[in-house]
Amino acid sequence: MSSHFSPQSAKDRARLASGRAFASQELARQLAWSRREFLRSAAGVALGSSLLPSSLIARTGISANKRKVVVITFGGGARDQETFAPEGQENIPHLMRELIPQSTFFAQVVNRGILGHYVATASLATGVYETINNFASLPPEHPTVFEYFRKDLKRPASDAWVVAPSNGFNRIGESSHRSYGPGLGARVILPKHLLSAATSGGADYEHLLRDNYETPFYTPELGGSEFALQQLGMMLKLSVDDFKAHARTLSSPDELSVYIVRQLMRQLAPSLLWITMHDIDIAHAGAYSLYIDGIRRTDRLCADLWKTIQSEPEYAGKTTLFILPDFGRDSDDDAGGNGFQHHRTGDTLSRTTWMMALGAGVREGVVFDRPLESTDLVPTLGSMLGFSPALAQGKPIPELL
Amino acid sequence: MLPSDLKPEQFIGYPPEARKLVTGYVAALQRLPLSFLPSLLREVIEYDFKFPAERRALEKELANLNSLSAEKIKDWFQGFAQIRLSSQLEHSDWVNAPGQFVEQLSSYLSTTHQLDAFRIAALAYADRLRAVAPPEPPPAPRLGITVIGQGVAAHGEPLFRKLRAHGAYFSAVKPENGLELLLNVVAGRAKANPVPYGHWYIDGGQAAAHDPALTCVSHHALEPVRAALSGKIRAEIARPGMGPEALRTLLAQIRPVDLGLGKAGDAVLDRFQVKLLTEGSGTQVFSTTFAQWAAREALRRAQPLTLLVRFAPRQRQKPMNEMLSASLAPAELDPLGSLIDADIGAYYNWLNLQRLPGAAQSSFLVWFEGHNEAIAIGPSLPRGTESNAAASLEQLLNWAS
Repeated sequence: MSSHFSPQSAKDRARLASGRAFASQELARQLAWSRREFLRSAAGVALGSSLLPSSLIARTGISANKRKVVVITFGGGARDQETFAPEGQENIPHLMRELIPQSTFFAQVVNRGILGHYVATASLATGVYETINNFASLPPEHPTVFEYFRKDLKRPASDAWVVAPSNGFNRIGESSHRSYGPGLGARVILPKHLLSAATSGGADYEHLLRDNYETPFYTPELGGSEFALQQLGMMLKLSVDDFKAHARTLSSPDELSVYIVRQLMRQLAPSLLWITMHDIDIAHAGAYSLYIDGIRRTDRLCADLWKTIQSEPEYAGKTTLFILPDFGRDSDDDAGGNGFQHHRTGDTLSRTTWMMALGAGVREGVVFDRPLESTDLVPTLGSMLGFSPALAQGKPIPELL
Repeated sequence: MLPSDLKPEQFIGYPPEARKLVTGYVAALQRLPLSFLPSLLREVIEYDFKFPAERRALEKELANLNSLSAEKIKDWFQGFAQIRLSSQLEHSDWVNAPGQFVEQLSSYLSTTHQLDAFRIAALAYADRLRAVAPPEPPPAPRLGITVIGQGVAAHGEPLFRKLRAHGAYFSAVKPENGLELLLNVVAGRAKANPVPYGHWYIDGGQAAAHDPALTCVSHHALEPVRAALSGKIRAEIARPGMGPEALRTLLAQIRPVDLGLGKAGDAVLDRFQVKLLTEGSGTQVFSTTFAQWAAREALRRAQPLTLLVRFAPRQRQKPMNEMLSASLAPAELDPLGSLIDADIGAYYNWLNLQRLPGAAQSSFLVWFEGHNEAIAIGPSLPRGTESNAAASLEQLLNWAS
């Protein structure tokens, strides 16, 4: 048979023969069920379906205008076999032992959009499956959560921030939508751009300056080095020398991002803070050990950020933290892919991911395996913070409200 | 232009054997939908540089298309016929640049949310084709051998975790002259079944002495080619207006002669090696990725009877731009990380071997080079078993076959 359409494994063929759409949903359901069972056995969480609902405000005593939200997305998901499955749990000790027992965990979050990191993150941030070119420097076409938040609640620019890993994310903060757009979005900080501006490169920093892994040979050029240095000094209260000295102690771009996030939290305490991590996406280079290192580092950094949230007076007790991959990675079973390396097949595993929420108002140690969509995040944030994401396609998640 | 407008003279730019092949089937091609045809032409245009197994499959596919009645064509391609295409795609030069068309089509399908429909149509077509033109069984049972861990003195974690359930684990293997012995076995098979491109030796480092009957690809031998490619990439990404998609298109157009290959060699193998470097992600920089991807592509495309893959230590992780620079300093190696890469690479080699016809009769061996550990998988070996009895690699191969 010719190779222009990759042959499927016998298992896949059997699945396809029984009805592809149904089979895909069934596979996603089984995946969620497995995650749920792994978590029940390893992290001691309960099934969410048996719990009675109560309102968020009743649970927290915190009104929407006092509440803060931090969202962590992973650009480049990690598969269950390297994370939640029994053989993968050694890679995520902090998630398993510290965060999941405190969280409400959603085991089946489906991304029906384009599986490229920029466009998928834009979809998460707008609540609409965006169709912009993943590799072009374009703003999302639909209003972002930051624009809804700031316009509806009349919040200043300093109250919504994005910390993103790649120069290609520099326009993620506000959309091209005519009713929103320029001046209404989040401020975007690109730690690597900051570091480039502060150091002009140099051998001590190159390990922190890798732009992205989807297009490893190509880094979008950005201007505005002077503005970046102004951000560093005026907003983050960091001298160039201190920043450079600290950066020299870090081992990865995501560690640099977390360092900047901490500065932002201390200096500006934004109510809506979004951080996108990318270390796991080294998987595109095909080296499994580096992919596993990325998962372990991300696990540690998520726990570090949670500790920071709990220890910073502006955040402690009133912050809800969301952690979710933008999508998954290809399964080993799909002959069209190359296992963990990419997310190109569009198979069920690459589209089905998870989300955890923890902190203010969130029930602890609960797992839900009903299907959600990636686009449900923005309407949920709207209900939590009190704004109306009118153009988002998803639905608020009742288990969090 | 639509397929119904096709004429034989439009294939004048095709390589000679491809042109001869395709001009015999123009009437059949005229009946196919545009959403399908360029992906077939993308294979046809490469016909001169394809392995024998690929050629036979393509010839069978074209003959099958030619034999289908108008009613059957409608039935086979109804999924593709429902895909909506842009006029830009219709007006592109899909006859002479089918690869570019397919790339643009992929992007278009994503943005118009037709990717799933296309995927379903493609899988249905592949299933039907497989039913009417089943893959040829191999003339002899296949053998896969993977050698991992070169340069690692000791390793604390268990190896072959993914494979143990499928075969027998041996912990007292005699390692003396192991590689030489394995290469001799492969050479013996090449003599017994002298099939063109039927017996391969892929080395992630420098190839050991081997029988000239083997098709050999090594990361070390391609060093000048990799350097030439890196130089081209550096030059291209520095050009104004260059983006990741343009770079990808340019890489797809690189010929062996552009990188210093093709002067006196094997045109099919030269093209294969260039594609490993221009289409494989990470193959340019990590030798472990190179070895795994080369094995995947050799199995998928050449469908060899014998494949020996030897992984070698890769360079440690460095920023992409540093790895691309033509530094004269010797690369610092990461043997332990490479062992982890190779361990999963061995699993992927087995998975890919299992995807070929005759999988039930094939045998597979992974050996930790220079050490006592190996796993053997074959029709006569019990699964999920362990043995601490002393055994030579030759014995393991005999038991596995």
